[in-house]
Amino acid sequence: MSPLRFRIYRYNPETDTAPYMQDYDLAIEAGEMMLLDAILLIKEQDDSLSLRKSCREGVCGSDAMNINGRNGLACITQLSGLKQPIELRPLPGLPVIRDLVVDMTQFFKQYHSIKPYLVNNDPPPETERLQSVSDRAELDGLYECILCGCCTTSCPSFWWNPDKFVGPAGLLQAYRFLADTRDQATAERLDNLEDPYRLFRCHTIMNCVDVCPKELNPTMAIGKIKDMMVKRTV
Amino acid sequence: MLERIVTGAHYGLRDWLIQRVTAVVMALYALCMALYLLWLPKLNYDTWTALFSNNVVRSFTLLFLLGVYYHAWIGMRDIAMDYVKPAWIRLSIHVAVILALLMYVIWSVQILWGF
Repeated sequence: MSPLRFRIYRYNPETDTAPYMQDYDLAIEAGEMMLLDAILLIKEQDDSLSLRKSCREGVCGSDAMNINGRNGLACITQLSGLKQPIELRPLPGLPVIRDLVVDMTQFFKQYHSIKPYLVNNDPPPETERLQSVSDRAELDGLYECILCGCCTTSCPSFWWNPDKFVGPAGLLQAYRFLADTRDQATAERLDNLEDPYRLFRCHTIMNCVDVCPKELNPTMAIGKIKDMMVKRTV
Repeated sequence: MLERIVTGAHYGLRDWLIQRVTAVVMALYALCMALYLLWLPKLNYDTWTALFSNNVVRSFTLLFLLGVYYHAWIGMRDIAMDYVKPAWIRLSIHVAVILALLMYVIWSVQILWGF
């Protein structure tokens, strides 16, 4: 049995002057194993390797990384489907804190800027604010986002303007609240996005759709935001 | 001066929409022109000058060219916005592109109407 070969991005700002790639071998059978399990075995060999992980089943979005040049979640990526040496790097376009751990501050700043919560000034009802089945169906494909950052960090427009462009994850969530019939801030939300940078930096590159581990479609959501803007203008 | 992130220019939709509309105009013109030239039994200097002595053809050609220039303006502006960070260099590029495109408009009228 030939060992599985890995090349992992290493960088510890306290000791390293520059990032480097380190090779690791694992004498295991890939089988049905997920990539995250293999990384944890590597971490047993070398406990200085840093990464984020939590739920290990594609729900928390902590272990997003660049796997063989493509963003994804290590915990739901089949080891057997990967070409060797398996090259692991941190998410592109964000500052590296250490090894595979990136600083997501900019990502969450953009997310918060679209006010990711329901705005409704009516007095709260006795029970919950009910929606019709079809109104609720509008939110399918939007609410499932786990904010792992795979889409936004694969977007060249976000790489060039991370401080100004909201990015696909933020815009998907912006549309999630625009599409919500219980929300009353539609006009303010559209005003907030009517900007050459915040929304219109999207050039429909569609890397976001390509990499989303939850198979969501931020490009379509962005298109729908533009549709709403056109409708309110003409 | 403290560097603050400034966004919220409250425009963008119109440019985005115009880029789509001009794309359609350019596609239609290119298609009609290509079909006409293919349909023409013989293409030489005489048939070419005859085609462009027609004021309708000249007008639609000018419309097409204006579409090209506006489309190019938005494209060039987007490239500068993506890749050029210092505001004064970006503004200089914007101004240079606008002036060049305005010159192209004048030049296009001169060519089409033979002033």
